[in-house]
Amino acid sequence: MTDFDWGVIWKYREALWDGMLTSLKLFAIALAGGIFFGTLLAMARLSHWKAVSAPAAGFVNLIRAIPFIMAIFWFYFLTPMIVSKFTGQQGEAVGPFTSAVVAFIMVESAYYSEIVRAGIQSIPRGQPSAAYALGMNYWQSMGHVVLPQAFRNMLPVMLTQAVILFQDTSLVYVVALKDFLGAASKAGQLTGRIVELYLFVAVVFLVICLAASWGVKRLQASLAVTR
Amino acid sequence: MDWKVLLEQAPSGGMTYLGWLWSGLFWTLAVSVCAWVIAFTVGSVVGVLRTTPLRIPRALATAYVELFRNIPLLVQMFLWYFVMPEVVPREWGDWLKQDMPNLLVLPFAAQFSLWEFTAAVLCLGLYTASRVAEQVRSGIQSLPRGQTGAGLAMGFTLPQVYRHVTLPMAYRIIIPPMTSEFLTIFKNSSTALTIGVLELTAQSRQISEYTFKTFEAFTAATLIYIAITMTVILLMRSLEKRVAVPGYIAQGSGH
Repeated sequence: MTDFDWGVIWKYREALWDGMLTSLKLFAIALAGGIFFGTLLAMARLSHWKAVSAPAAGFVNLIRAIPFIMAIFWFYFLTPMIVSKFTGQQGEAVGPFTSAVVAFIMVESAYYSEIVRAGIQSIPRGQPSAAYALGMNYWQSMGHVVLPQAFRNMLPVMLTQAVILFQDTSLVYVVALKDFLGAASKAGQLTGRIVELYLFVAVVFLVICLAASWGVKRLQASLAVTR
Repeated sequence: MDWKVLLEQAPSGGMTYLGWLWSGLFWTLAVSVCAWVIAFTVGSVVGVLRTTPLRIPRALATAYVELFRNIPLLVQMFLWYFVMPEVVPREWGDWLKQDMPNLLVLPFAAQFSLWEFTAAVLCLGLYTASRVAEQVRSGIQSLPRGQTGAGLAMGFTLPQVYRHVTLPMAYRIIIPPMTSEFLTIFKNSSTALTIGVLELTAQSRQISEYTFKTFEAFTAATLIYIAITMTVILLMRSLEKRVAVPGYIAQGSGH
């Protein structure tokens, strides 16, 4: 049994805080991007045109069939290549954080598209028909009638997925980006105090995610009453 | 594109780069299957406990699920691999870190120790157990309440009701979500690369580093992942059909 030195956490508080900010930034961008593109993907998958629905389905199934880490490696490799092809600049034009962000948005949009698709399919067919009968076009009926109700139905599932996404941000460790876990890992290597630092990381994640899940549960209960 | 690179001799292991991928696949499957055994057993026990009327076991089972579900898998991996050997008595820790046999001797040559493999299996198994427990619980709770009541009225004890009435039905109902859980464990096994297990993703990255043929290496690994995923889905669909109770569960409902 080693004796613990918890002071190491206080000593590296700034590095850990910076790491947490990186994690939160990645989380926020991936969440917004994932929901936005996920919604577009879901609408594409439900399209009557095969030329639209087939590629969307292919992308979603492909991403869901491979490990998250494999997807991170893929986009980490592809993003700088594609960007430099379009801008004519060399690979340096895109930093590691941007590549990680692209990877997370892509993966999360695939996961979220499945949630949104289920949400759209939970809306009775009469709703969009009624919207069309009122003279709305596809985008109006989606934007004003179907999606607002669908989002309300799927809010708890989307928030649960957000908690999972927050945990998944730790996977950027594999491309050596200094998120919260990466910062702790670095401090651990410098001081040899990995036990304290990893336990601290675990407790912080546990507290945040438990609080968030508890909030989701309460929200779910209140939605169930008003429906 | 230069696919022939996969057939070139790799710098170690006395095999081609394709051989590295097969070796990676072997370890991915080994970790996944061993972890699944833990996840299924522990998850079933925890899931059943959450549905029993016994208050303390139920609270413990809930605590288990909340604890393992709310810490990122990667952090759990580090807790098992780095932290565990430090917090157990020193001799045990040293034994784990130094004296565990090297896995170089196995037919699929790979340079990591049994401790790395064990840590990965324990971590993935106990993490996934919390997810399996939720599936088992929801399967049991989806059954009509009358089934348990009828079992008890027939004179069955509570364990007998679980053994002969609830669980046989619940396990059939949860075959599709359990298939997804197995596929999740199979994909999550790639996190083991962070502690040095040379599984499929690690091998494809290693090939890309040695040959700079990143596209080819990643594509090959991706195709293998897709092939395994499809195989598992087909197998589980046929299992679902085979064990379906006529008139109870929609035939071949898939996912």
